[in-house]
Amino acid sequence: MASRIVTFDLGGREVEVMVRPMTTLQSVLRNQLGFTATKDGCRQGGCGSCTVLVNGQPMLSCLLPVEDVAGQRVTTLESITPAEGLHPIQQAFLDAHASQCGYCTPGMVMVSKALLDHDPAPTDDAIRHALTGNICRCTGYRPIVTAVHSAAEAVHDAADAMRGSAGERAR
Amino acid sequence: MARLRGTGMAAVNYPTGMNLGGDPSQALIHATTSGSFVVSLSATDLGQGLKTVIGQIAAETLGVEFGEIVVDTADTDTGPHDMGTFASRATHRVGNAVIAAATEARQALLDVASEELEAAVEDLEIDGHGNLMVKGVPSRSVRVADIAALAQFKYGRTIAGRGSYMKPKSIVDPETGAMDPDSTEAHACTVAEVEVDTETGEVTVLSIRSAYEVGRQVNPALVAGQIEGGAWMGMSHALYETTAPYYPAVDHSPRDFSEYLMPGTLEMPIVESVILEMPSSNGPYGVKGLGEMTANSPIPAIVNAIYHATGVRIDELPVTPEKILRGLDAMAHASS
Ligand code: FES
Ligand code: FES
Repeated sequence: MASRIVTFDLGGREVEVMVRPMTTLQSVLRNQLGFTATKDGCRQGGCGSCTVLVNGQPMLSCLLPVEDVAGQRVTTLESITPAEGLHPIQQAFLDAHASQCGYCTPGMVMVSKALLDHDPAPTDDAIRHALTGNICRCTGYRPIVTAVHSAAEAVHDAADAMRGSAGERAR
Repeated sequence: MARLRGTGMAAVNYPTGMNLGGDPSQALIHATTSGSFVVSLSATDLGQGLKTVIGQIAAETLGVEFGEIVVDTADTDTGPHDMGTFASRATHRVGNAVIAAATEARQALLDVASEELEAAVEDLEIDGHGNLMVKGVPSRSVRVADIAALAQFKYGRTIAGRGSYMKPKSIVDPETGAMDPDSTEAHACTVAEVEVDTETGEVTVLSIRSAYEVGRQVNPALVAGQIEGGAWMGMSHALYETTAPYYPAVDHSPRDFSEYLMPGTLEMPIVESVILEMPSSNGPYGVKGLGEMTANSPIPAIVNAIYHATGVRIDELPVTPEKILRGLDAMAHASS
């Protein structure tokens, strides 16, 4: 089958790629676009290191033909990393020493982002359930769960501060 | 059918490094024109944090900030020789080599500073923050970075150092069998608590609590991370991981991550540790190797806890539910 052109939204920017049929989103991100934060642990859906968000939902980019995301919104770790400093989830991972070799970290952060977007104050159980599809070979997981808890608090505090300053302005 | 609880204990003495046929690590350090120091190594950072601890050791010895150190590892075509990252040897061997290299580089730096400041080398000190001064005379202070630049552009010199650390080959005494295989030993003891479901044979690890004697800690966060990650790996070896569950038959061998079992976030037990620091006599700043030992004592501690809970003594890893149920059956038959 012939190659075709696929366009999608990557972190707020429209990208256009020419692909053979069944090329995965993971391969397009890493090999065609140079977005290598999305990792390549197994290429068969077993490790979670390739997790990206598609329309806000966590998906394994190694199992996703890029044609399936045509016209959709794809978010990778690059998309959420600010130009200066770190996203609150990244900062929480750093503070909790939740990353050793770092290979699982992009996938863990993306799953955590989807969780916190949907549930800003998750229980311990909810965090553990959200992360079941992601393998970490180094940390023993507890530091990662701790990081997600403190990220939730940081996001919460930031929202409070925003509300506070909006209130100031209103007065 | 019941859920039975048990507690098990195990201890480990773990050697730092091997003597092989002589086991060297080498390091080279040089200052750049901007005053940062490049540490060149052939040892690899596998994710355990070697670059971090080597940066700390180099900064400490040179007297500059950690951020001024660039650790360049693992091109064995161009780097100084290293036997490699294994046997929990890297922090110990490479750290010692880096101290030697940094000491020589520091001397070269002080030699240039002595000319520039017109003061004897013995009268100079570096404050740990990249300032070099005549002792007790803060007004006669210069930045290490400025001396590094002057060395290259005014004095035409290099600020560099070479370091090597070698564990010599140890021959086994044919009469007694005695030899000196390692450099030092770290120690740990682990207590594990488990719950065993006698209907399904499934084991839940409730807690893994350990005491570790690891020599001087260069980086306590990395030490804690290795211990916690190692507890998980030990639990994983004890209960889940195998490439041949019916060895030597290859039946049911896992082919990928979805079949190769490991504990995930839902299986995490409580992991707690205390750390004792008893510096070694020959490690850099008293370091001992810690990496691999952390996956050791949790394994027999868990297997002993299963024995304590059920009376089933298992001597082959991993302890699958099938092995526990077969053990319980055998016990029931023996008693009837
Ligand atoms: S690379 Fe996609 S799940 Fe492992
Ligand atoms: S930090 Fe190494 S796999 Fe998670």
